[in-house]
Amino acid sequence: MFGLIKVRIMQGSQAIPDVKKAVLNPAFRGFPVIDAKCKTLDFEGDKVCPTGALKTGPVSIDMGKCVFCGECARQCKNAEIEISSSHHIAADSREKLIVKPGDKYADFEENAVAARAEIKRLFGRSLKLRQVSAGGCNGCEMELNACSNVNFDMGRFGIDFVASPRHADGIVITGPVTKNMAPALEDTYKSIPLPKIIIAAGTCAISGGVFKDSDALDRSFFEKHKIDLYVPGCPVHPLTFVNGVLKLIGRK
Amino acid sequence: MNFLRIKNETAVKREMIPDITPEKLSAETARMCNDQKRIVSLFGNREGAGVRIYSVLADDEISYLYVSSALVKEGGSYPSIAQHFLSAQLFEREIYEEFGIIPEGHPWLKPVRYPENAADKNLKMEEYPFFIMEGNQVHEVAVGPVHAGVIEPGHFRFMCTGEKVHHLEIQLGYQHRGVEKLMKEKDSVFLSESIAGDTVIGHSIAYCRAKEALAGTQVSDSAEAIRAVMLELERAGVHLGDLSALAGDIAYLPGNAVFGAIRTMIINTSLAICGSRFGRGIIRPGGVVFGIDGDMQEQINNTLDVNEKKIDLMCSVMFEASSVLSRMQTTGTVDKKTAEEIGMTGMAARASGYEVDCRADHPFGAYTHVPVHKRGMKSGDVFARAYLRYVEIKQSFKLIRELMDYNRNTNLIADMKPQQPSMFVVSLTEGWRGEISHCVITDKEGKIERYKIKDPSFNNWLALALAVRGNGISDFPLCNKSFNLSYCGFDL
Repeated sequence: MFGLIKVRIMQGSQAIPDVKKAVLNPAFRGFPVIDAKCKTLDFEGDKVCPTGALKTGPVSIDMGKCVFCGECARQCKNAEIEISSSHHIAADSREKLIVKPGDKYADFEENAVAARAEIKRLFGRSLKLRQVSAGGCNGCEMELNACSNVNFDMGRFGIDFVASPRHADGIVITGPVTKNMAPALEDTYKSIPLPKIIIAAGTCAISGGVFKDSDALDRSFFEKHKIDLYVPGCPVHPLTFVNGVLKLIGRK
Repeated sequence: MNFLRIKNETAVKREMIPDITPEKLSAETARMCNDQKRIVSLFGNREGAGVRIYSVLADDEISYLYVSSALVKEGGSYPSIAQHFLSAQLFEREIYEEFGIIPEGHPWLKPVRYPENAADKNLKMEEYPFFIMEGNQVHEVAVGPVHAGVIEPGHFRFMCTGEKVHHLEIQLGYQHRGVEKLMKEKDSVFLSESIAGDTVIGHSIAYCRAKEALAGTQVSDSAEAIRAVMLELERAGVHLGDLSALAGDIAYLPGNAVFGAIRTMIINTSLAICGSRFGRGIIRPGGVVFGIDGDMQEQINNTLDVNEKKIDLMCSVMFEASSVLSRMQTTGTVDKKTAEEIGMTGMAARASGYEVDCRADHPFGAYTHVPVHKRGMKSGDVFARAYLRYVEIKQSFKLIRELMDYNRNTNLIADMKPQQPSMFVVSLTEGWRGEISHCVITDKEGKIERYKIKDPSFNNWLALALAVRGNGISDFPLCNKSFNLSYCGFDL
């Protein structure tokens, strides 16, 4: 018992006091900033970007396809593309994830997730989520697990992962959705009682990621159902996920 | 000469590999296995109208690899090696599933991962032929693919009497993304980072070392040292996460909380080095993209010092708690003989006393300068796999400190020469789960013709199935977590 007391004293308080204000190490690759003057690139986007997130003529970076490797910024000789460490990059629509020249992070963050009164009323104090990995590489899965650890502790906001879809208010999908997992994904989603939300976590879930050209995928789920929150990242950072969800449930 | 002797990460011309009959390949592979050799990989490659089967073996004592091959015609067969050596069984099933080449006499010829490119297009996951026990008292428990926690999917079918598990059969394939086909098309390091997202460094090192061998490109000592530092950080980080999860599973919440918090510190060190908590973006063909300078080195040393003390304290308290020991000891035992028989690898094998570790047996990169002493346990139970993780965390910390002495932070990335045509290379890396093998063959233009990936989970899933025999079904989650195998690494 004294050993446990020693451990407890050694650990102190581990919870990040304010998840909304927490700042990441500047090495973190988050929101890409493209200079307003940037019209074309001095390198071939296709040869550099592994997923086609980077478009030229006009230039844009789709965070829903981006794996945040930073290659584009490294190749860009005139520093027109810079990867900032800003990590509140979740959004409620696919279009909002596309970053254009001159787009400012502050503006993006302000408008990324629109408040929906109904969602706040239903889930503002308690959101139980069922996670389904449909081809995920375990990166996003581990980071989603980290959201419940003593540092990020999303349980303090009433957000938890539950074991049964029957107990859930929403589904969190990771992975590009393989053909072999597509039926189980649909079944799990159907088993969640209404009202329910859908969160796509990670580049693979949003767009297929590095696997998007594989013929082993079946992404029809995303054509059938409306997604409430897109959380980019490869893998998603726990703070991106937690802050995105907090915005969605109206806990600004 | 029936087998060509090669070394880890050394490319050879394809034409040098012996071409013998399928019967001879089986017989000679079995003969070699009788004589100290271990199966690293058996795989097929389409060649004209047939399939060439490659047999890759290892002699861990003298650090050599052996490769041979045989051409089997379409729809043909060869005598199953698994009849004599169980460690071949899954490889033969894999070849059968992809190419339809029959291993005659295979004791358990069942589907492996229901891939997109299966030879039998009518293969259905719902029709997997589970082994059924008969009897009034017997009941069948099915779990998955979706599991209770935030974890990858797979199907577990238990045959139980009361609480006791007599047989567990694991059917995977849900995570199949078609990685090998994509790798052939794109030859991309980004793909290698995502084979198993918790083994980013392990697989990307295996990929880059294969590419460097095929291109005859030398990597600097500094880059190799940094690569090894990242590999050991990955190992320590995941082991900490596993200790946290194991503690959580036995309701030992202090361990769950503390190890989770310490893992954050370790993976944030990866973040500080390369911008990713999982080490994405640093390992590239030719070397590394980010360096470790004097300041970073000091930061790493401080982090390791501070956290090692915390880990020592938490482990000494946890591994002396009677509640922890009573759950972990004698649960989920795999004995050494079984481990060797089924070809287990990595930390789980070492916990059963079967000490294989390719950092020591087939040293690669910086491990040729910094020796790794193999650490193992004897009991092969959940306790052994948990305690060995603690031992390996400390070993990794020690290795990181030693490896940084080899880092001058210069020549971090070399220009890659062109990829040579018609070459063959075996790239082995000791990921945190065990031996990763990437066997790569290039065509006449120097492009990738075959990229065969073997994640260490491929060897170890059967070990989990055997470990739970005779245990209560409620101990299954604990046994599963004590292995923590990769579903996506297996499914590819």
